[in-house]
Amino acid sequence: MAISTRAEPKIGRSKSLLHRLFNQESITAYIFIFPSLVGFFAFIVLPMIRGIQISFTKWNLMRPPKFIGLENYKDAFTDPVFWNALKVTLEYVVLNIPLQTLIALFMAVMMDRVTKSEIVRGIFILPYLLSNVIVAMIWLWLLDPNLGFLNLLLQQFGIHKQAFFFSTTQGIPTIAAVNIWRHMGINALLFYAGIQGIPKTLYEAATIDGAGEWGMFRRITLPLLRPVTVFVLVTNVVGSFQVFDTISVTTGGGPIDATRVIVFYIVQNAFELTKFGYAAAMSVILFSILIVITLLQMRVLRGNSSDLSS
Amino acid sequence: MVTKTSWGIGRIIIWIILIFLILLTLLPIWIVLKTALTPTKELFNNPGSLFPENPTLLNFKRVIGLVSREENVAAGGSGQSINFLLGIRNSFIFTSLVVVLQTFFSALAAYAFARLKFIGREVIFFLYLTALMIPGVILFIPNFILIKNLGWLDTYQGMIAPFALFSPFAIFFLRQFFLSIPKELEEAAKLDGASAFGTFWRIILPTSTTPIVTLVILTSLAMWNEYFWPWLIGKGENVRVLTVALSIFKSQTPQGAPDWSGLMAATFLSIIPMVILLLVLGRKVINSLQFSGLK
Repeated sequence: MAISTRAEPKIGRSKSLLHRLFNQESITAYIFIFPSLVGFFAFIVLPMIRGIQISFTKWNLMRPPKFIGLENYKDAFTDPVFWNALKVTLEYVVLNIPLQTLIALFMAVMMDRVTKSEIVRGIFILPYLLSNVIVAMIWLWLLDPNLGFLNLLLQQFGIHKQAFFFSTTQGIPTIAAVNIWRHMGINALLFYAGIQGIPKTLYEAATIDGAGEWGMFRRITLPLLRPVTVFVLVTNVVGSFQVFDTISVTTGGGPIDATRVIVFYIVQNAFELTKFGYAAAMSVILFSILIVITLLQMRVLRGNSSDLSS
Repeated sequence: MVTKTSWGIGRIIIWIILIFLILLTLLPIWIVLKTALTPTKELFNNPGSLFPENPTLLNFKRVIGLVSREENVAAGGSGQSINFLLGIRNSFIFTSLVVVLQTFFSALAAYAFARLKFIGREVIFFLYLTALMIPGVILFIPNFILIKNLGWLDTYQGMIAPFALFSPFAIFFLRQFFLSIPKELEEAAKLDGASAFGTFWRIILPTSTTPIVTLVILTSLAMWNEYFWPWLIGKGENVRVLTVALSIFKSQTPQGAPDWSGLMAATFLSIIPMVILLLVLGRKVINSLQFSGLK
């Protein structure tokens, strides 16, 4: 959706600044935006500044914070668990995003071309309506090493029982799969909504030209869906880098450090080890990484332009 | 599009995939229910079956604390119950407080951005939009410290504060809609001497029920499922929301042999509200979720 700023007639320059600030309409407007401004400053702007400040201190909340300069950042760069956390998180994102996006696109096209049934759409979004905690519980049981339904199913096919969550190699892929299960439907729905916005005449013309389903998908659907794709990718990538809930409920970072993702490590440092300064420094590092990734993604995918307008 | 009636091989494969995806979505939830209905002692007998042999409601009764502690432990539980109704109540209070306050304050701001002239309008609106891109990871430590210093741990005001006053998405979403309302509607009210708030309350809000319902559904879902912030701020039983209660209940079960039938009974009870929501408001929910992509 384009952000339109309607052109307003310029307010007469003869009026003084004071008058423009304090006429009745302005005062009303400031009263109207006041609650949101308070929220914006108290819970977004100030915490950002505070977060950076705290990252330069040693602080356990009991005694006053002690300024230690860049010490926390140095610690982070030499902390093997921090590097491992970044690696594990990246692994999660790389497994999660492409697969999730492809499955969702496929489902969206099916929802459009095979059946427009609202029941099917309702079923597909059901997992998203369940909280991460519920979804984690469901799969913890289905993938239980001893009694899990999926493991019993695998045995039917002559495959040995797998540890899934509790294996150093399968932990992250399992958590990625669980999150794909929760999110594929909602992403498919977003793609589906995007597809509904593509003019039907394009498909009709392509059909007359003898194009097949794949050709139409590649030449029409995919390019015209780009704004939706950018949105889905950017939000999913930023969200995936901050994965926490599922891990908190299932593995608790284990086995060893296999699923100790970055946000989980930050939370542990802050709330278990009361190293608030160190935790804040790692937050700032992750924050910087995310901002760079977001800007890169927008640039590479040319987020603002749909091919329809050009 | 025109549905083709020819049943080629490709079409059959597509339908098989579609049915597989539907099963993949629904079967796990069925297994949860099956396990919840299975007596704990029989869990090992035939774990691969799709139906419980001797269905029982005992597990549901145990997790909501309807049986004695001894009976609970005898049935394989930890003796802890989840106090499900309290969790539902707390989730309901938390969700409704955020939804009502956030929607109201966002609508007020959105109206100012859409209709009123004031210095700094474009700048403030732009700053609000950049807030959409700020990842929460940088905010939660300072916000936690702020709430702690205010003495708001284990209180509703602490749990709702970061959500209640400001939501860039809600403001943006409503502003776009308010811009599309014909100005003539408000002008008539102004001629009658209505104040800005009067116009907002009596003209703008009633005209905007559709986007507001959409927003309310989206916010309700997000808040009902929120885990991280209530888990940080509100672990105390009297404010503990359902997601937190469920995760604490899980961490209390015996580690060696978890009380799976109890856990799944609690899980299934937590699923029910969402299934009801989908059955009652299905179309509205689906349409609302489609809008969440407009950010």
